[in-house]
Amino acid sequence: MHKTLIAATLALLASLPAHAQERTPSGAASVKNDVSKQAEQIFRSSFRGDNPKFWMDRLEQDDAMRLCSQYRDNPPAKLRQKIELAQKATIRYPVDGKLIGDWKEGEKLASSGRGGHIGFIQPDAPMTPRGGNCYACHQLAKKEVAYGTIGPTLHHFGKLRGASDDIIKYAYDKIYNSNAFTACTNMPRFGLHNWLTPEQITHIVAFLVDPESPVNKD
Amino acid sequence: MRARLQAVLATAALVLAGSALAQDSTMDEIAKYREMLADGNPAELFELKGEALWKKARGPKNASLEQCDMGLGPGKLDGAYAQLPRYFPDTRKVMDVESRLVHCMVSLQGFKEEDVTRQWFSRPGKESDIEALVTYIGAKSNGMKIDVPARHPEEARMAKVGEYIFYRRSGPQDFSCSICHGQNDKRIRLQDLGNLTTQAGAGVAMSTWPSYRVSQGAMWTMQRRLIDCMRQARWPEPKYLSDSVIALQVYLQKNASGTVMQTPGIKR
Ligand code: HEC
Ligand code: HEC
Repeated sequence: MHKTLIAATLALLASLPAHAQERTPSGAASVKNDVSKQAEQIFRSSFRGDNPKFWMDRLEQDDAMRLCSQYRDNPPAKLRQKIELAQKATIRYPVDGKLIGDWKEGEKLASSGRGGHIGFIQPDAPMTPRGGNCYACHQLAKKEVAYGTIGPTLHHFGKLRGASDDIIKYAYDKIYNSNAFTACTNMPRFGLHNWLTPEQITHIVAFLVDPESPVNKD
Repeated sequence: MRARLQAVLATAALVLAGSALAQDSTMDEIAKYREMLADGNPAELFELKGEALWKKARGPKNASLEQCDMGLGPGKLDGAYAQLPRYFPDTRKVMDVESRLVHCMVSLQGFKEEDVTRQWFSRPGKESDIEALVTYIGAKSNGMKIDVPARHPEEARMAKVGEYIFYRRSGPQDFSCSICHGQNDKRIRLQDLGNLTTQAGAGVAMSTWPSYRVSQGAMWTMQRRLIDCMRQARWPEPKYLSDSVIALQVYLQKNASGTVMQTPGIKR
């Protein structure tokens, strides 16, 4: 490949608005791929050589991650549907089939944002239990004021939606694999990544729907 | 100085009102803010230390950094930080303030790169020359507009690479920079997250670095900020001065261009 040609095309690309690239069907798309390829290479070679392999594996992308990155979390309708169907198929349930657990356990899990931080500067201690970190993005119990707003409020989730089997299953499925309902949502796929076990998810479901849970009571 | 102290007071009051009710470490936080208010922005001490380091003959070549070219010519620091990262013909690389500074410490002073970068960020009891020097260089752009048009083809390429990384999702939480910093008016827990894809959001974020972080009791450079965000994304650890961290800065500085620098900053 000619370096000057690439440079010139890139300069041109840089002057276009971001979306123009995705809409151009043929020529521009292949140039865009060149940028992505280079960028991907630069990204991957930017990590310390002494990161263990099982840390580096975290950079791998499944289809959903790859497509969401490519479309900047806004895939066209058809693709969106395809992603959602494929993600739905990943959902696994607890062996006893019970989708609702103990809300008190769920509250602890929802409050903790610990676990999973790696690297050499400030990693979590090995075996730190992982939390669901729901408060990073959602309002839940009224008494917890330190909640984030990346996701919608879930205060009174059960009070508003009830605790029917359908709602319980929806809450379970959503936490297990958020992309089953909303392709490329900002919400993590907790079950798919084994971040939370199916049993832990049932506790969080209880925290959301149980009438005694502070999510619904106050 | 007076205006800055007032701004500090206002921010401190706000932060206290917001987090006092909520965080476990509230008492720590209050103690740190008290300390900070008594002394003004502790970053000013780093600025002074950085100036002394800049002017002092050091290293195997016993030279100062006064001939270091941060992009505007040897020794010309006024406004240099606000125009970084940029392409440097002598190294044929796009460099940010930190990679250029290290380049000067190696080429002018004769230090080994691994030696000068060993302490690229401070730990309790271990100060970092780089943090002090970057604070000094940054302060020389205070009041000036961020200006990174990324017109050179290599700069344009790095801006595109940075943009690509910004939207790249991976890891056990499916995170990208964009999920935390791609929308207006969001916060995570109580921390406000600007929209770094807009001039306003990127401007607020980029104009206030390097910054004294009260919660950490330390001065942080932009490399430190971005490497820590990758930790929050649950990714492995990037190399200090690596191209993806520089590429992200080109992308963000380009978005922020036109915003007036207010540095050194002070933050939560
Ligand atoms: C990083 C951000 C983030 C985290 C962490 C997160 N969520 Fe979400 N969540 C979102 C976003 C954004 C939405 C809205 C888009 C969507 O439906 O996916 C959402 C939607 C939801 C919904 C659907 C709400 C509705 O009206 O149907 C539920 C239920 C939910 N989240 C529960 C949880 C629980 C429980 C946790 C913790 C185990 C959690 N979320 C963690 C971002 C997050
Ligand atoms: C899981 C959340 C999360 C992710 C992912 C994340 N950040 Fe951050 N970022 C934060 C938080 C929290 C802060 C600090 C806000 C505060 O302390 O008020 C921050 C601060 C910043 C700042 C400084 C903002 C300012 O106003 O001073 C920049 C710049 C930044 N992040 C860029 C990035 C980039 C680039 C990426 C991707 C490599 C990224 N972040 C990924 C959460 C995140």
